[in-house]
Amino acid sequence: MLEIKQIVVAYGRVNAVKGIDFAVEQGQIVSLLGTNGAGKSTTLRTISGLLKPVSGEIWFEGERIDGLPAHKIVERGIAQSPEGRRLFRQMSVEDNLKLGAYSRKDTSGIKADMDRVYDLFPVLGERRSEAAGLFSGGEQQMLAIGRAMMSRPKLLMLDEPSMGLSPIMTQTIMKTIQDLQADGVTILLVEQNAQAALSLADRGYVLEVGQIMFSDTGKALLGDDRVRKAYLGAD
Amino acid sequence: MELFFQQLINGLSLGALYALVAVGYTVVYGIVQLINFAHGEIFMIGAFGAYATWVLMGSPSDWTATTSLLVLLPMMIIGGMVASVATALATERFAYRPLRGAPRLAPLISAIGVSVFLQELVRLFFGKIPGMPDAKSSVPFPDIAGISGATITLGGVIIQMPAIFTLAALAVSTVFLWYFVNRTKTGRAMVATSQDPDTARLMGINVDRVIMAAFAVGAALAAIAGVAHGLMNGNIGFRMGFLAGLKAFTAAVLGGIGNINGAVVGGLVLGLAEAMASNYLGTTAWKDVWAFVLLILVLVFRPQGLLGAKVVDRA
Ligand SMILES: Nc1ncnc2c1ncn2[C@@H]1O[C@H](COP(=O)(O)OP(=O)(O)O)[C@@H](O)[C@H]1O
Ligand SMILES: [Mg+2]
Repeated sequence: MLEIKQIVVAYGRVNAVKGIDFAVEQGQIVSLLGTNGAGKSTTLRTISGLLKPVSGEIWFEGERIDGLPAHKIVERGIAQSPEGRRLFRQMSVEDNLKLGAYSRKDTSGIKADMDRVYDLFPVLGERRSEAAGLFSGGEQQMLAIGRAMMSRPKLLMLDEPSMGLSPIMTQTIMKTIQDLQADGVTILLVEQNAQAALSLADRGYVLEVGQIMFSDTGKALLGDDRVRKAYLGAD
Repeated sequence: MELFFQQLINGLSLGALYALVAVGYTVVYGIVQLINFAHGEIFMIGAFGAYATWVLMGSPSDWTATTSLLVLLPMMIIGGMVASVATALATERFAYRPLRGAPRLAPLISAIGVSVFLQELVRLFFGKIPGMPDAKSSVPFPDIAGISGATITLGGVIIQMPAIFTLAALAVSTVFLWYFVNRTKTGRAMVATSQDPDTARLMGINVDRVIMAAFAVGAALAAIAGVAHGLMNGNIGFRMGFLAGLKAFTAAVLGGIGNINGAVVGGLVLGLAEAMASNYLGTTAWKDVWAFVLLILVLVFRPQGLLGAKVVDRA
């Protein structure tokens, strides 16, 4: 479904992503792991069209998408919930969700999907007219995921959804991600919390300073000594 | 007391004109962080567009007040808006868009260039358009029956109809703006883009289109102000955008640059301050001095403006 071929992404003269390859198959959860500064967010921002790769190609459903403007990529079916949630904090929950559906015109479908978000996260439904900035970290993360879902993406990219959340809240979010997969959404999950991400992942890629160091099934990576040492705190 | 009310009306109508122009500075700044120094010229071109429309309609001078108010003036306003919006969009496309991502000084210098270019364009070429008068010096603005020279008396205070027109135009524009920003999809996209452009892109918002919308809205209001200026002063000229633009920019900063309500409040406060200060503190020759004294005071003591600048939110 999504194929990344040898992309190099730079900020000024510094390469943050140095020629990586990976693929996401339809229906999978794929995790992209790595410590702070490894290049995970840069990769997602490049897929979304916020950054242009210096070289390499990005293919989605058989078509090349690198070089397209970001709004065209959303129209193709790729949504991103960015790192740090980036909600429109002074706007209401409802307005945030409406913005998530910006690329769509089917008013009744948008309404139905909004109700689905409220079913999934009842807190958001109960306080739908309150400003997004007034919610707790976990609730804001739910809203960020709900907002990204509002474009009805085929591929949903989540950048560190567990950041700053309690272990219980992290579990809730991970459970939601599994539910979304069961609904047929393909997911690219960026995490520093390797344990949580790998337990869900069909496939995992480990990124270090802009390069992919290991890749395997989620289960295999969870059992891999190198991964356990570096990312799971085992010794 | 009567004199006070007279100055109050003068100040408010002048302020309404500043406010209509100030909105354009503020919406564009809110989205692209550019002080569009050519915006004063967009206001000037609105006045000339309205004038040209009047000529195209056969320079009517004997229309009744009713047809003038219902047909002539609206047509002139629309003509002015078309001229202003087209100029603003062309400016954005060719002078600012290629410089997006360049150091901030570059678009600012480009804006000053556009400002001089547009003034010279009108000065040298307006008269070359068949039927149009030479614009090397000021051009008398057409009389609109029912407004030009007309007054109403309210409790002993004589109010000029052009002042009423300007205040009414601001009131209608403010309602329209409120609706646009808070109730339309494009308005919501505009607010989102001003708060966080990258995240707005991730929502599927075409930021180029939002930027164009911001320039267009600002230009449309500036065109109304251009007509108001013509009606209040009786003539227009290629230089009129300079001082009005500077005053409107002052108004936008006064209210909090990036804040639409702030631009309206800032315009009215500035107009009032000018009228009152020139009346009670010195001669009218000093009124521009008071305006800029106010700007300096605000920049020193309350740089975020009276209503607060746009809150950039990246949490
Ligand atoms: N806007 C930026 N300008 C310059 N360098 C950046 C910028 N964003 C990220 N970087 C650098 O790029 C590298 C990768 O960052 P990032 O993709 O955010 O990593 P991760 O998401 O894996 O923590 C880091 O070295 C970071 O300092
Ligand atoms: Mg990151």
